Amino acid sequence: MNLHLLILLPLLTATAILFTRNLKQARTISLAGSILQLVLAFVLLAAYWQERATGNTAPMLFESSYAWFPALHINYHIGVDGISIAMILLTAFVVVAGVLVSWNVEKMSREFFFLLAFLALGAYGFFLSLDIFTMFFFLEISVIPKFLLIGIWGSGKKEYSAMKLALMLMGGSALVFVGLAGLYFNTSVNGGSYTFDLMQIAQLNIPVEVQKLFFPFAFLGFGIFTALFPFHTWVPDGHASAPTAASMFLAGISMKLGGYGALRVATFLMPDGAAAWSWVIILLATIAIIYGAFATMMQTDLKYINAYSSVSHVGFVLLGIGMLTHTAIVGAVLQMVSHGLMTALFFAAIGMIYGRTHTREVAQLGGLLKVMPFISTVFVIAGLSSLGLPGFSGFVAEMTVFMGSWQNPDPWYRLATILAIASIVVTAVYILRATGKAIMGPAMHSDHQLGDAAWNEKLAAALLIIGILAIGIAPFWLNDLVQPGVTLIMSKFQP
Amino acid sequence: MNDLFIILKQELVLTVIIFLLLTLKIGKERSNMAWLNLVNVLLAINFLGGFFFPQTGVLFSGMYHTSDLIILEKNILNLGTLIISMQSYNWLKDHKHVVEFYILLLSTLLGMFFMISAGNLLMLYLGLELSTIPLAAIANFDLEKRKSSEAAMKLIISSAFSSGMLLFGISLVYGTTGAISFEGIAAAVNGQPLQIFAFILLLAGFGFKISAVPFHLWTADVYEGAPVAVTSYLSVISKGAILFVLVPVLYTVFKPLAGNWYNMLFLLSVVTIIIGNLFAIRQDNFKRFLAFSSIAQVGFILVGITGSSQAGSSSVVYFVLIYIFSNLAAFGVVSFVSATTGRERISDYRGFHKTNPVLAWVLAIGLFSLAGVPPTAGFFGKFFLLLAGAGKGNYVLVTIAALNMIISLYYYLRIVKAIFMDANEQPIEPLTVPAFPKLALYICIAGIVFTGFVTYVHEYIQSLGTAF
Repeated sequence: MNLHLLILLPLLTATAILFTRNLKQARTISLAGSILQLVLAFVLLAAYWQERATGNTAPMLFESSYAWFPALHINYHIGVDGISIAMILLTAFVVVAGVLVSWNVEKMSREFFFLLAFLALGAYGFFLSLDIFTMFFFLEISVIPKFLLIGIWGSGKKEYSAMKLALMLMGGSALVFVGLAGLYFNTSVNGGSYTFDLMQIAQLNIPVEVQKLFFPFAFLGFGIFTALFPFHTWVPDGHASAPTAASMFLAGISMKLGGYGALRVATFLMPDGAAAWSWVIILLATIAIIYGAFATMMQTDLKYINAYSSVSHVGFVLLGIGMLTHTAIVGAVLQMVSHGLMTALFFAAIGMIYGRTHTREVAQLGGLLKVMPFISTVFVIAGLSSLGLPGFSGFVAEMTVFMGSWQNPDPWYRLATILAIASIVVTAVYILRATGKAIMGPAMHSDHQLGDAAWNEKLAAALLIIGILAIGIAPFWLNDLVQPGVTLIMSKFQP
Repeated sequence: MNDLFIILKQELVLTVIIFLLLTLKIGKERSNMAWLNLVNVLLAINFLGGFFFPQTGVLFSGMYHTSDLIILEKNILNLGTLIISMQSYNWLKDHKHVVEFYILLLSTLLGMFFMISAGNLLMLYLGLELSTIPLAAIANFDLEKRKSSEAAMKLIISSAFSSGMLLFGISLVYGTTGAISFEGIAAAVNGQPLQIFAFILLLAGFGFKISAVPFHLWTADVYEGAPVAVTSYLSVISKGAILFVLVPVLYTVFKPLAGNWYNMLFLLSVVTIIIGNLFAIRQDNFKRFLAFSSIAQVGFILVGITGSSQAGSSSVVYFVLIYIFSNLAAFGVVSFVSATTGRERISDYRGFHKTNPVLAWVLAIGLFSLAGVPPTAGFFGKFFLLLAGAGKGNYVLVTIAALNMIISLYYYLRIVKAIFMDANEQPIEPLTVPAFPKLALYICIAGIVFTGFVTYVHEYIQSLGTAF
């Protein structure tokens, strides 16, 4: 399996879109490109299973490395394990769905699809990277496309939100940079040369003081991407102002870049730092979970509801990572994938509703089930997955996080776990309230010819729902997929 | 004798071009177009010629020396000059004194070449003066504009002042060490107070030329008043040349004072980045804006210089190369728009994308590269500067610099927002770009997009870096 394809394909798609003339050509090429990416992601999954079945137990598969800046020992180094494959699958699903829901973007359509393809490129590259420089490069690549997507195609106070998002993510990158630089200049402990290589650094014994000093930089930096409290404020504004596809991308994938980075770089490379600072992570994650849930209750705009609930749900990811037990980290990865699919579906449904009713205020919506049954069903499925109903992915992921968290015997950590579990009740309140009013409720739109979902919207929703059910009903395959990767990370914590 | 010609090759080619222009000027009348075509071809030959017969050596008993790194630096400056020349096509095609402009411009370039190659403080000073005095003359080249004369006046006064400080410093260095050659000084410097005082004067003189805070006060006014071509020359070429010479002066000549100058640079770079950034936020004139943003960029370069390592010196050269591409992509668009419509305010650029999509993207890509976001080359440039700075273990400095990237991203994105998102009742009308400026912009964009991915460029520069 040649992993370069996963980077080349979005790049080629983006380049090809530059040469298109109108919306029709641009969207056709984007869709073709993103479907190919999805196929490729599945081929990668199959190839991975095949390798593992033949007894290959190497931590990373399909590695390849090229010297990029040899004088500084910087390589373009990519490879995958189960965790990255899970994230790549998620990306591929969300990208196809995102292209499908933007089927009728008339305004500057060529630029729109180009930027979407570019975002996909950044995400694939990030999840594939095994060199922290490569990773950082792909992490930052997405800042400008996000800024332009929100600022040009967004709605509401879009310029403000776009600027806020770009600056806060840049701040995250700046902190990550300091963390990486600190790590880099301490990689010659065994007398070797400095290196940015993830697997090489993992085998070194970075001094404990260094880890304690630079872990907060790296974790906080990645944490900003994941809406770590109190740096979550870009999330609601950014998501609410973004066009539908960009919201799906932001919540579905971009926030997971931070979670993945916090796990793969901060926690994996600086385990002693993680152990020393885990109480802060738990504290902030618990605040995010509870604060996010209550803040959601106060929202009246559907996009803000989903954005604040994302803050709360992504808090589970950070909680899982901070607990530092095997099961909790597996849960964190599951939650990343599950939340990515669920929130993308939610934003897609909200975008479809908004496209027809031109409002996202819960108070102005009602009885949508009668007017647009398909879209309403999608909305309900997303909502049920969000509140963790068994059978959907949310249940599996959150359950695993809670089980793992309880394994940490520290009483304070157990208190945090209990508080996090209690937040689910709040989730149920706001989801059911919004559903009850907007979807059920007395009809408010019967006089309009609103129409139900078009084929492209149906396809997008179906794709994401398949993903959610595939995890919800049969979680074992995803669980098996991420286990070896988590075992590798946890091996750094054995005394 | 043969060696003399080959070692001095780049200076000689430039001198020949200057004399050629002088002689042709005396001859028959030519149209401005013909002159511009001729000059641009000559500059292209000059640039390409720099890559042939590279020979290193020392001349005039150590006053002049050249190495692979110096040849590369001169090539970089040649490239920048060529791009600027092509970009100022629209401005010059109706100008009365095209040939004089180029003679003065190339004289300053010649001065910079001698300055970079100096092996001796006197030669350094000679080259520096040759490079600044004609520059003041061409800052006045918008002959009808009062602001242009004002800019020239400010430039000559501040240059004279900084040269005075530099000379004072040089004389004190000579007085305390008894040497003016670089090796002699390096051997004799021992850190006595008078030497440190002399060094501070020297550093202040250099600080004026690269407009590091607190020596930056002339920058914004001069940049605003001077013609755009001269502004871009000042911000890219003349700054680059001084930085090229500052690195060896700090790394080799004043190496014994490293402990002292490290702290000075630390302070200078932090203040320069912060002040440059904060002032850039408030500007509405595009040239003033680029002036302050270039001050901030110098602050980042100083962070790289504090690295005091091979990575430090090579990251400076690498960054200057990228800075030429990024700054000239932005300046090129501004220069073209200013020459054809006379509009220079940032608010004029609202809705620019609707009327001029291609120019808008070029400007935006230039700004992204200046802000240092990937995949533009500016990202790699900044990354290596800051990484070099971190090599000394001063993470306070690196954290301050990295966090300042947020502020600089803000003001660059402010312009991107104006271009793409703001509405304007009187946007800049659709413009057609002539061949020369277009080619120049293409070169810049190609440089921005590809420099970071062509491993060889960084590898080559790194291999030439001066170790500490």
